[in-house]
Amino acid sequence: MIFARDLVKRFGDFTAVKGIDVEVAPGEAFGFLGPNGAGKSSTMRMISCVSAPTSGELRILGMDPVRDGTKIRARLGVCPQLDNLDPDLSVRENLTTYARYFGLSRAEGRRRADELLEFVQLSDRAGSMVEPLSGGMKRRLTIARAMINEPDIVLLDEPTTGLDPQARHLLWERLFRLKQRGTTLVLTTHYMDEAEQLCDRLVVMDGGKIVAEGSPRSLIETYSTAEVVELRFPDGLDFNADYAAKLGGIGERVDPLPDRVLLYADDGDAAVAEVQRRGLVPSSVLVRRSTLEDVFLHLTGRTLVD
Amino acid sequence: MAMGTVHPSIAVLERHLTLYRRLWRASVFSSFVLPVLFVVSIGIGVGGYIGSVQGVDYLSWIVPGVVASTAFQMAVGESTYSVLGDFKWVRAYHAMRATPVRPNDIVTGHLLYLLFRVTTAVLAFLIVVLLFGALHSPWTVAVPLVCALLTVAAAAPVMAFAASIESDSHFALLFRFVVIPSSLFSGVFFPVEQLPALVRPVAYVSPLWHAVELCRSATLGVAPPWPVAAHVGCLLLWAVAGTVLAAYRFRRRLED
Repeated sequence: MIFARDLVKRFGDFTAVKGIDVEVAPGEAFGFLGPNGAGKSSTMRMISCVSAPTSGELRILGMDPVRDGTKIRARLGVCPQLDNLDPDLSVRENLTTYARYFGLSRAEGRRRADELLEFVQLSDRAGSMVEPLSGGMKRRLTIARAMINEPDIVLLDEPTTGLDPQARHLLWERLFRLKQRGTTLVLTTHYMDEAEQLCDRLVVMDGGKIVAEGSPRSLIETYSTAEVVELRFPDGLDFNADYAAKLGGIGERVDPLPDRVLLYADDGDAAVAEVQRRGLVPSSVLVRRSTLEDVFLHLTGRTLVD
Repeated sequence: MAMGTVHPSIAVLERHLTLYRRLWRASVFSSFVLPVLFVVSIGIGVGGYIGSVQGVDYLSWIVPGVVASTAFQMAVGESTYSVLGDFKWVRAYHAMRATPVRPNDIVTGHLLYLLFRVTTAVLAFLIVVLLFGALHSPWTVAVPLVCALLTVAAAAPVMAFAASIESDSHFALLFRFVVIPSSLFSGVFFPVEQLPALVRPVAYVSPLWHAVELCRSATLGVAPPWPVAAHVGCLLLWAVAGTVLAAYRFRRRLED
């Protein structure tokens, strides 16, 4: 569906995407994961045939996005990061108007609009204006709009950023159904739970490059341990680094954070026993399973990127 | 798949019309009632003192000028904030860009919408002034065509401008230094021969002056100051150059 080889995007002196290789198979849910500024959105814009690659090879649905952009866009559904619904049109008109951009007949546009409003659970708001809708409803409407042309690939740029937990879960559930229908999903996110929920396969991007690739499970297995022990010490704010030194050799890796120390170990309970044997008395101990977040922070560092 | 049943530029036009359905009542005042009030007060009120200009009563003389000037202001006004807004705030153009709609189609759809708006306003206005006995020649039927050409000649370059700026404060400059001077010095209210020779070229480059003279020659049934082909040529030049530039600016802005 999507094939990229050594793809580069440069804006003046700034290189947003520094030569990435990506392949997405039909029916797959594929994720671009990374901190802000990692090059995810630039990559998405190239895939949605809005921004031309600076160099490298890119094929979407077997076509060249520069030459066949219009043809490709006819078969894509795009849900952008910034909502661009028409605030002065009704919910339903937003869909019927959009259907016309794809050359659908009015009757077909109305039929699909009603069907999609049902799918994203907005049928009761069909006649409402867009402005009073909540963030979650607007996002669902944007997703419905992205599906009006029955696309082969749906591109979602940070689909749940800024939504409350209920709205996120509802959206995930709808996207999961979409995936079950066989639609290829490509999404960017900086939420680990989102990537774990939705993606069959993902790449972690950092500084315009791909730093890891695989299924959520395999990434955890490769880049982290099965379990993580979180230790907090009463005077840890000042001495976590010292504690980390004393914990050396327990588990595979010790990572002192400002507020706690993380111990990466395949057997968390054994690691805790060893901590106690060394006479250290943490004020709290938490043993948990490793998550994609551990992988992410390990790979992309802990420096704040704005 | 029922693809290809409508041209993308028509789909863009339809969006404008769907939006307009909610706003048309408000626009009736500015695009139709206002010019009529204008003609009545200036044409009849001021005209009563002036008597005649270039051998015709002032009302008849000013009507074609006001018609063209109304078309000009609608074309410019509807190509400023709404265009910048669809780039910056509503981002409707970005939404269109994600579909088979191309930047050219967005520009064409907008111009088609303006042609609809201007033509309906011009026709309504002509019917009213016909009742005032201000139309003197069957050539008046050419007025809507001239106004249509003027619409593209004025709107297209302004759309290109709106697509090139980041802040709406630039529009104040456009109105202050371009729109108001051309409305005042384009032969709408008095013949351009009254202008000092130094200022007269302002009228000659303005698409509005050429449209005013063509409309006036049509409603009065007299020959325009320049050959018809020269006036039409100037309007066409603005229209074609403006449209090419607008399409270019739209493409640039929507690309990266």
